[in-house]
Amino acid sequence: MAEKPKLAFYWCAACGGCDEAVLDLEEKLLDVVSSADIVFWPVALDFKRRDLAAMADASILAAFVSGAIRTTEQQEMVRLLRSKSQLVFAFGSCSHLGGVPGLANLWTRDTIFQTVYTENASTPNPDGTLPQLITVEDGRELTLPRFYDTVQTLDQVVDVDYYLPGCPPTPKILLAAVNQLLSGQLPERGAVLAPDHALCEDCPRRDSHPDHLALDQFKRPQDVLIDEGTCLLAQGILCLGPATRSGCEAQCIKGNMPCTGCFGPTSRVRDFGGKALSAIASVAAAKEEAAILQAFENVPDPIGAFYRYSLPSSLLRRRRLQESGQLEAAHSPTG
Amino acid sequence: MPELFEPRIVAFFCNWCTYLAADLAGTSRIKYAPNARVIRVMCSGRVDPQFVLEAFAHGADGVLIGGCHPGDCHYQEGNYSALRRFQLLKHLLKDMGIEEERFRLEWISASEGDKVRAVINDMVEKVRALGPLRKYPVVGGPLEEVAAYG
Repeated sequence: MAEKPKLAFYWCAACGGCDEAVLDLEEKLLDVVSSADIVFWPVALDFKRRDLAAMADASILAAFVSGAIRTTEQQEMVRLLRSKSQLVFAFGSCSHLGGVPGLANLWTRDTIFQTVYTENASTPNPDGTLPQLITVEDGRELTLPRFYDTVQTLDQVVDVDYYLPGCPPTPKILLAAVNQLLSGQLPERGAVLAPDHALCEDCPRRDSHPDHLALDQFKRPQDVLIDEGTCLLAQGILCLGPATRSGCEAQCIKGNMPCTGCFGPTSRVRDFGGKALSAIASVAAAKEEAAILQAFENVPDPIGAFYRYSLPSSLLRRRRLQESGQLEAAHSPTG
Repeated sequence: MPELFEPRIVAFFCNWCTYLAADLAGTSRIKYAPNARVIRVMCSGRVDPQFVLEAFAHGADGVLIGGCHPGDCHYQEGNYSALRRFQLLKHLLKDMGIEEERFRLEWISASEGDKVRAVINDMVEKVRALGPLRKYPVVGGPLEEVAAYG
C-alpha cells in the first residue's frame, strides 16, 4: 500500500480557535486521518520541534498554520515547516491577515510589556520583572524567544500557497480544502479557498436591504434591540457584510450580530479596512461636517471597527513609529 | 545648514473643478510650491480610501483631495461621498499616528486658481514643519525598518 500523504498543523499567535475548528470536523476528522497521516500537531499530539527537524525536506504534503507571527520562535518554526512541506496553508484570520493579535500593531513591545507586566492591576510585580532573552540561573542559561514590535501575517514571513479565511474557518471550508488537496483539485496557487463575493450576496436578510441606504446615525449593537429579520445596516448597525468575503454561512448574522469582517476582502480589494470604511461611509446620509461627525459618533475606534482582523496585512501595516522606535504620539488610539 | 526637507504631496483633483483650477493657475502663471504630484480623477467621490492609504504607504508625506464646492458636484453628490469618507479616514489615520495636517480635503472651483496656490503652499509648509512621514516607504522599503523589529 502506498504511503499516506502527510499533514501538519501548527499555531503561532492565535487563540487556539482554529485548532478547535479542526475538532469541529467531528467524525469527518476520522475520514481525513484515514486518508492522510497527521505527522505534526503540537497542540493535540505529542510532537516536538526535533521530530519535525528530523523529517526530510518536502516530505509533508501540506502544513496548516494558524496564528500571526510575532516572535522569533514562530518565525523559526514556520520557516522550518515551509522547508518540510510541499504546500503551506494560512489557516484562519490571524495567519491570513494578522487577525485580532494584529491589533497589537497599534503598540510596541515596550508599551505592551509595560501594560501586561507592570500596569495591570491584577498582575502583582513589585520588582518590575520583565521577560528577558537570556537569564542565568544556577549557572544555567535560560532563553526566551524575542518578541517583535510588529505582528506579521504568515505570508510576510514565508511563501504561502493557499489561504483559509475566517475566525475560525468553518469546518465546511476546512473540509473542502482538505478534499481538494487530497484529490489534487486545488485551484491556482495563492487562492483564498472561499467564495469570491461579498457576504451580502448570501445574507439571509438580503431581501430586506433597501435599494438606497441613507443613515443619520450608526448605532452600537448593545444600545438597541436588533430586529432579527431586517438587514443590520438598514437598522443602523455597523455590519461589514458589503466588504467581506462570503463563505462563513452568515453565522454572526444568524446569531443576530453584525459581520465584523473575519473572512477578509474579496480578490479585488487590496486593503480591507480602507474598503470597509468606504462602504460604511457611503451609507451615511449627512452632507455637512457636523452631521457627518454625529453620524459616526458611535464609531469611536475606526481601526478596531475596520481592521479588526487585518491590520498587519493593511497597506500601512501598523501605527507609525518614530525613528527612535517610539510610537508617534499624534493621537492616542481609542478603545 | 541642513538640507531643506521637500515634502511629497499626492493631490487627487477632480476633473470638473479643482483640476481646471490647477490648469487656470498654470495658464495664469501663478507660482506655487512644486511639491504636489497631481492625479486627475473624474470626481472627488472616486477617491477610494485605498488610494490615500497606498499613497502614504508608498512614501507620500501628505495627501490632498480637491473637489467641487458643495452643491456644485458634476455628479450631484460625489463630493458629499468624498467628505464622509474623508471624515472617517482622517480619524483612522490620526489613530495610526498620521497627523491631521498630512491629509486634507479642499473645495476648489474651476475659477479659483489662486486658491490652488494658497492651499498647496500652506499644506507644503505645514507638512514641511512636521517632517517626513517616515524614513522609508512601507511598500518597497527595507523590511526591518518598516516592520520596526525589536
